[in-house]
Amino acid sequence: MHRNLGTEILRVMQNRTVVKVLLIFTLAFATSNLFAKESKKEGNEGEGDLKTEIKEFIDHHLQDSHDFTLFSDKEANTHYGLPLPVILWDNGLKVFSSSRFHHGETVAEVDGNYYKLYHSKIYKTDASGTINYDEEHHATNTKPLDFSITKNVVSILLIGLLMFFMFSRLAKSYKKNNGIPTGVGRFLEPLVLFVRDEIAIPNIGEKNYKRYMSFLLTVFFFIWLLNLLGMTPLAVNVTGNIAVTFALALITFLITNLTANKNYWGHIFWMPGVPTFMKVVLAPIELLGVFIKPFSLMIRLYANMTAGHVVIMSIIGMMFLFKSWIGSPLSFGLSFALSILELLVAALQAYIFTMLSALYFGMATEEAHH
Amino acid sequence: MDKLINDFSFGLFFWQILLFVGLLLLLRKFAWKPILEAVNNREEGIKNALESAEEARKEMQNLQADNERILNEARAERDGMLKEARQLKENMITDAKSEAQAEADKIVAQAQATIESEKKAAIADLKSQVAGLSVEIAEKVVRKELADKDKQLELVESMLGDVTLN
Repeated sequence: MHRNLGTEILRVMQNRTVVKVLLIFTLAFATSNLFAKESKKEGNEGEGDLKTEIKEFIDHHLQDSHDFTLFSDKEANTHYGLPLPVILWDNGLKVFSSSRFHHGETVAEVDGNYYKLYHSKIYKTDASGTINYDEEHHATNTKPLDFSITKNVVSILLIGLLMFFMFSRLAKSYKKNNGIPTGVGRFLEPLVLFVRDEIAIPNIGEKNYKRYMSFLLTVFFFIWLLNLLGMTPLAVNVTGNIAVTFALALITFLITNLTANKNYWGHIFWMPGVPTFMKVVLAPIELLGVFIKPFSLMIRLYANMTAGHVVIMSIIGMMFLFKSWIGSPLSFGLSFALSILELLVAALQAYIFTMLSALYFGMATEEAHH
Repeated sequence: MDKLINDFSFGLFFWQILLFVGLLLLLRKFAWKPILEAVNNREEGIKNALESAEEARKEMQNLQADNERILNEARAERDGMLKEARQLKENMITDAKSEAQAEADKIVAQAQATIESEKKAAIADLKSQVAGLSVEIAEKVVRKELADKDKQLELVESMLGDVTLN
């Protein structure tokens, strides 16, 4: 297998899902721009307000949140949900409940410091909660280091517990039942075997695949279950969060490069079988490829999941805009069909992330063959 | 890009790394290793069972072939033995026959020899008895003949006549 940046880009291009989702993404951008223009035009009318509200709602849902709001009543100005712990590092550890922000409406006072929630981020303010802006309307207040247990962290914890519960039970059922899984294990075992036989062994090879199995299995089920959790009415967007995909891609990057053999580095810095001049030209390109590979993993998962959430929520939002006997059922049908597509994408993205990780591990451990 | 960097939350990144690595380690110890081991063992077991079944089948075939061979051998041996016995019987009969023949011949020959010698003895005996009787008769005849002188002379003369005739 000869690898370079070109094949990597080609692979991304060939990946029809990515192209398709990019199309959807572009469409979503186009429509959102349309919405934006229209809302400016009819800024004072009620429909424009609704559009802005839908847009804000979608934006809010894509973001992480400091409290687990299930639904809210805007007119009564009440939120139903759970407050979550806020953990700040600001000259010492500060822990308090997110209920003290009152969803960004009030300033939380902790040990003589004042914090305010503004656009899902915590800023340090004065007692009255003033936010200062620069020319581009970005807040300039200092941001304390925020280690809060946010909605996404809670989702990760939940999925982690669920995975541990499911798979440790599967492991135990083998012992109890003489090597044959029982109950839900009968559903889970083929999935585990799928990761082993269809992802790990073909891409890494019989010899080396065992040491990567733990990561591949964990990342596959982790992404898949979080994608599915995002499809529930809880609508958490964990795998569509850049920090999460960055962390996952970083782990793939670290594992790839820490377990890489001499042959792999040889192919990067001194490509065998090409003229010396080309070796010099190829080295920086290949080195760039080392970083682009996990970067593409990060962006692919982020873009796919975010795009899916944007499209589905936009189409659901359209129901409230049309308010007609033709338009609303139409957008309902469309959102239903897209939800089914998203179920597929949820599994597909988990598969692609795992498969490409396995491919990179395979490249890193490939033996020289001349 | 600007939006991506703006959206990036270090806290979430920290928790994600921490929880994911923790989950990875826990699952590796309590789930993935035992699961993959159990599956591997089962697959090995199935493979071994299939192999041993195949082996048993082959062994069975070998056994059957062996049986067939042994049976054939036994059959051939039996045939051989029967043939041999038949041969032996025939030989014995022929031998007995020829021996009996020889014995009979011998007995016959002996009998013939005995008969011959008996005959000879009888003839000799007869001869001697005839000779004795002849002599006695001759004596008696001679005695009677010689009772008179003339007769004696006559005899001598006839005898002499005979001699000259001879």
